[in-house]
Amino acid sequence: MPFELNGVSFSYSEKAVIDDISMSFAPGRFCGIIGPNGCGKTTLLDLLAKHRQPTSGRIAYNGKDLGSYSIKELSKEIALVPQNFYINFPFTVKEVVMMGRYPHIPRFSSPSAEDINIVRDIMEKTGVNDYTDRFITQLSGGERQRVVFARALVQDARVLILDEATSNLDINHSISLLNISAKRMKRQDRTIISVMQDINLAAVYCDDLVFMSKGRIAVHGATKDVLNSETIRRVFNIDSKVYAESYSDSLQVVFKK
Amino acid sequence: MSLQKFQKTGRFRKRLQQAAAVQFALLALFLGAVIVISTGMGYIQLPPATVIKIVFAKLSGQSNLLEGLDSIFPVVVMDVRLPRILSAAIVGAGLAISGVVFQGILLNPLADPYTLGVSAGAAFGASLAILFNIGMMGSYSVPLFAFIGAVVTLLFVVYLSSSSGGLSSNNLILSGIIVAAILSAGISFLKYVADEQVAVIIFWLMGSFGSKTWNDVGITFLFILIGFLAFMFFARDMNLLSLGHRTASSLGVDTRKTTIFLLVTASLVAAICVSVSGIIGFVGLLVPHMMRLLTGPDNRRLIPMSLLAGAILLLTADTITRAVLPSEIPIGVLTALIGGPFFCYIFRKQQRTRKIL
Repeated sequence: MPFELNGVSFSYSEKAVIDDISMSFAPGRFCGIIGPNGCGKTTLLDLLAKHRQPTSGRIAYNGKDLGSYSIKELSKEIALVPQNFYINFPFTVKEVVMMGRYPHIPRFSSPSAEDINIVRDIMEKTGVNDYTDRFITQLSGGERQRVVFARALVQDARVLILDEATSNLDINHSISLLNISAKRMKRQDRTIISVMQDINLAAVYCDDLVFMSKGRIAVHGATKDVLNSETIRRVFNIDSKVYAESYSDSLQVVFKK
Repeated sequence: MSLQKFQKTGRFRKRLQQAAAVQFALLALFLGAVIVISTGMGYIQLPPATVIKIVFAKLSGQSNLLEGLDSIFPVVVMDVRLPRILSAAIVGAGLAISGVVFQGILLNPLADPYTLGVSAGAAFGASLAILFNIGMMGSYSVPLFAFIGAVVTLLFVVYLSSSSGGLSSNNLILSGIIVAAILSAGISFLKYVADEQVAVIIFWLMGSFGSKTWNDVGITFLFILIGFLAFMFFARDMNLLSLGHRTASSLGVDTRKTTIFLLVTASLVAAICVSVSGIIGFVGLLVPHMMRLLTGPDNRRLIPMSLLAGAILLLTADTITRAVLPSEIPIGVLTALIGGPFFCYIFRKQQRTRKIL
């Protein structure tokens, strides 16, 4: 099991953002995290990436306490695509993508032929190579997000954490980036943990779904078992209809105004 | 081969690295030339060849080389001019590299070595020492007090802005501004009660490289060398920090420790510079900007280039006030008078071309 959480809580001063969560993430699965704004989804990702430490409880990664890994070691294991991404300095697109290889390159060495190949390959697959030498500061939000995605993919980590990584991408690029990630995951038995806003997109890609509400896990399980109008009602407090859709071969949710 | 294909090849990469090395070598050569020419300039004019001959003779101990030269020349070069010139170059280098670090860590291209109130702290310390005529350390009393003032201010600013979540750049900048404002009121008060010493305080604050000794050169060189090596060690991590703390952390940077270490080191470098020379503005702001246009934002290239460019710039400014102008004006005033408008110019130009530095 990549991640096992045992009674994990996290609070800012007094307010509990994550409240006593126990669960695990399996390898080779695409797991979606869904929930209303402010329910602690991003904080949960931060805890998994060790960007924050739980106030209480224990997180294990591959059977070992997450705290016992150094940040350096984890950077080879876990890659993160953040939600918002600003950069003030005019690095070129290629330089930013290459930064994803830094965890694999010793501090004072130049990138090896292998590093350069991986970067070139991912840049081609993600379509980022159209603007290799442009400045990241001059790209549109969507273009920049694709660069950040490419940067996380070249990191070549066993766990890929996506924090609403596709929310400001058009549908073409969302699908193509998710396809690339999902394919690599299946082939190498890796894990994707993704916070998603779009329930229908999540239903198409995710093997498992975690519904969060007020810092707790409301429902967790295989998508086909847990995605129903009862769950949506509990978590989002709205009426919906969930039905099996044959074109996408998935469950889909529709809403009424 | 099309340009795009060429850029994909390893050869392009190698060319870029070679270009960086060539730029660095050229700039280093230029710095050497400026040092030699500047040493020849002044009340007694010496040709560059004579300067080189004197330095070589002194370094190698071959005093027979000096035969035929006026016996005052070696004294002028070795004891009067070189300590001052090297101090100016080293301080310029120090201010420039700490400027790079401040801008990189605070993610703010307008940050400079004094952003965290280091200059105000140093000024306050120096003013105290001058006002109370503290002389227990001889001529080192004022620099020492300036340094202590800078360090205490820095620690207070870091304490003020740190929270459980780490150091946010907005908090740091805001704390720096507040503390600096309080300290400048304190300095005004010290000047008000200072009576006769007010002129001494004012002159110290405006900066000068006059009457520097080889000891000054040695101490500053040592500190700035250590700072430079530390910055180079973390140069790659600083690249990652510019992607934001969450991303940097996921790429293996201990963001909190690295940020604090770099801020403290950069402030110490700036504090040493201030205590040696007084407050010299705009070098730490301007040089990183200009060099970024040349090398791009990668700190592994930016830091060494800024080191050399800062040295060249401040040495040139000091030479202008020492040997070109009819009477010496304070170096801090000169750098602000030249640097300020120049900064306005490149800032305005950037706004027009919409190229964000």
